[in-house]
Amino acid sequence: MSGDKRVTFRLWRGDATGGNLVDYETEVSEGMVVLDAVHNIQAEAANDLAVRWNCKAGKCGSCSAEVNGMPRLMCMTRLNELPLDAPITLQPMKAFPIQRDLVTDVAWNYGVKKRIRPFKPRPPDAEDGSWRMVQADIDRVQEFRKCIECFLCQDVCHVLREHGKHSEFIGPRFLVYTAALEMHPLDTEDRRAELKDEFGVGYCNITKCCTNGCPEEIKITDNAIIPLKERVVDAFYDPLAGLRALLFGGRHG
Amino acid sequence: MTDHETHSYDVLVIGAGGAGLRAAIEASAQGASVGLVCKSLLGKAHTVMAEGGVAAALANVDERDNWQVHFADTMRGGQYVNDWRMAELHAREAPDRVRELEAWGAVFDRTDDGRILQRNFGGHKYPRLAHVGDRTGLELIRTLQDHGIHQGIEVHMECTITRLLTDSSGVSGAFGYERERGRFRVFRAKAIVIATGGFGRAFSVTSNSWEYTGDGAYLALEAGADLMDMEYVQFHPTGMVWPPSVRGILVTEGVRGEGGVLRNSEGRRFMFDDIPELYRAQTADNEEEGWRYTQGDRDARRPPELLTRDHVARCIRREVREGRGSPHGGVFLDIAWIKDRVPGGAEHIKRKLPSMYHQFKQLAGLDITEQPMEVGPTTHYAMGGIRVDADTQSSTVPGLYAAGEAAAGLHGANRLGGNSLSDLLVFGKRAGEHAARFAADQGEPLVEEAQVEAAVAEALEPFARHQTDGSGREGPYQIQFDLQETMQDLVGIVREQAQLEEAIERIRALKERAAVVGASGNREYNPGWHTALDLRGLLAVSAAVARAALLRRESRGAQFREDYPDKDPVLGQTRLLVRRAPDGELEIERTTVPEVPDDLRQVIEENR
Repeated sequence: MSGDKRVTFRLWRGDATGGNLVDYETEVSEGMVVLDAVHNIQAEAANDLAVRWNCKAGKCGSCSAEVNGMPRLMCMTRLNELPLDAPITLQPMKAFPIQRDLVTDVAWNYGVKKRIRPFKPRPPDAEDGSWRMVQADIDRVQEFRKCIECFLCQDVCHVLREHGKHSEFIGPRFLVYTAALEMHPLDTEDRRAELKDEFGVGYCNITKCCTNGCPEEIKITDNAIIPLKERVVDAFYDPLAGLRALLFGGRHG
Repeated sequence: MTDHETHSYDVLVIGAGGAGLRAAIEASAQGASVGLVCKSLLGKAHTVMAEGGVAAALANVDERDNWQVHFADTMRGGQYVNDWRMAELHAREAPDRVRELEAWGAVFDRTDDGRILQRNFGGHKYPRLAHVGDRTGLELIRTLQDHGIHQGIEVHMECTITRLLTDSSGVSGAFGYERERGRFRVFRAKAIVIATGGFGRAFSVTSNSWEYTGDGAYLALEAGADLMDMEYVQFHPTGMVWPPSVRGILVTEGVRGEGGVLRNSEGRRFMFDDIPELYRAQTADNEEEGWRYTQGDRDARRPPELLTRDHVARCIRREVREGRGSPHGGVFLDIAWIKDRVPGGAEHIKRKLPSMYHQFKQLAGLDITEQPMEVGPTTHYAMGGIRVDADTQSSTVPGLYAAGEAAAGLHGANRLGGNSLSDLLVFGKRAGEHAARFAADQGEPLVEEAQVEAAVAEALEPFARHQTDGSGREGPYQIQFDLQETMQDLVGIVREQAQLEEAIERIRALKERAAVVGASGNREYNPGWHTALDLRGLLAVSAAVARAALLRRESRGAQFREDYPDKDPVLGQTRLLVRRAPDGELEIERTTVPEVPDDLRQVIEENR
């Protein structure tokens, strides 16, 4: 991209009752990101354009939207990555109810998190109340804790987006969250029964859309969801345990 | 009577960054019913952007560290105008507050023997910052959030407070709107904790998010509280300078802690050229010693890149002014050079500074393991804010408390990196505890309907003006831009009498424009309306900063006066308080900086 040029942005405007795409033209210059253009439009032509954002540095995960149909953080999407000769379409995330313009109601996510049993550490290892953990044992958990809760993984997950299984499936974000708790070296809680029955880990069919869209590059499917599925299988579908139960009686999940 | 929802709590916490969350958790633990109001979604507050770490003398990496050294470092960094008692409490209690986070699920980087790892940072004598790569703030806010949601705290997300309500005995509640529908909410509360952070959005180049509009200082000021130290605004030395749209975004001090060096266009490490007397004894005088320090050599002294932020920022400005800057008006920050000195090379850099790698790659198309970054000063932090009692965090208004960046005192004239996250833990807890205790002794507060009606009318004025002819033609954005430019150009990193006087005049004129600002559209999620209301706080806080800066005719810490480049011993004992006078104007009172008691003076001397 060289020099300033005028570019058309096709923004979805409306609320829960409906809306439509509206074209705005604004000048773009070197290094600009999509959110800059939205701010320009807001200042120049649409003072009341609703957009959620905070840090503008890819750290808070507020400005999630669909840029030309792709789930993106608007603050981290540079305009020179996009074809500027055609209008750039900006739409709100589809997996959540619309509030207004580019803003969706993500409250469901906060409710889901509350349902997951919190961290419960083993007693401290030292008298000052601290623990000892080896770095290698926490690398994986730290990967999961990079999550900025932008909810783009929830947005692209078919189970939520196409099938609307919000009441039966907690979505990739909260499987990552649960994985971070389950794999935390100090945690003593067991969340496998909920994973199977309430959190719907079985719904994930490993298409990796979440992983591909994650701005923090967390390997959601491979490192979080598949190991959780394995833990659930080990706990409830172990064939040897099943055989034992058949022969000697007892639990078979 | 206007339609609004009413909620009643023992303690209302305004702001859900680290300080607000910690305060809410503590108040709840004390048995108080707690409401937590935040402008954004939970977990998105500015704390999330803190990168380098949380300072606490855990002594995990260097056993010579202890609270006394941390205290002395904090006082030296603040140029000895800090509230000594806050600095003492902070240094003593920070280790417990960090360990407590681990009990709530935080996962800090580890030492080889499995304890919390600590890194070097500017102004800290020993490696002191517990951290998680360069995303420590995220770890901290997420830990507090995930713990806090199970403590029975009622959270009101995307809700902005525009007025505190008071009765004859102190605060009685708060009034605000929720963003989604623009509906009004009244919170009755026996005690209120303000934890709204700072006001970097008054400047055009800033590392701060949109929320940083000085709400807390403004609300407190209007409720009759004192502000103090408003002249001390920290300009972080290393913000991004290119491309223009990302100008101001923070580049963590951790880059320098890991061995990154500053160079000018001639390739010179200019930080060696000017080492202040106060720090000479503890600063390396050659590049090799500085490098050894960053790699953990306990006999080496720290490189001058890790001098305090106020000083480094001014040195960068000097290089740029004198024509030795980088192509886009900054200087070069080079971490790539360490590749040949550490095992793992580029991978080591990516592991230590993942967010920085990501940020430059994505926003500037630059690989920090290959090329130097271009950096320059960016408005970062307000040392000033609401005047509080050190032990209880109570403001001068009964029942009103403040913690974190919104409160003043701990950092004096300049904050050390890493002392912000520890500040909000230590004093967030204290504010929550004392607010809950205060509330326990109070009867039901009385909310006067007239105050609510006035707050409603004030909030709706921008729409009313827009709809009637004559006034309300101007939207809020241009006024905010003009204010930001004024503060950046005239009340920035280097100040001078005529410029400050001009700034005060311009702010007065902007205030007149803001008094007739209009908002189009309706009340549903309308940023134009929100910005129109935010202007009041931004303008009041900006005026306070400019007026205090004008009165402080000396250079100390973050306040640098070109016309008074030296410290003034009398002003060094003087603290400037700002409050709202009966006529509605801001008035400034001079008081004395509290004297450090002998035993702590001794601690300072021993750690010179």
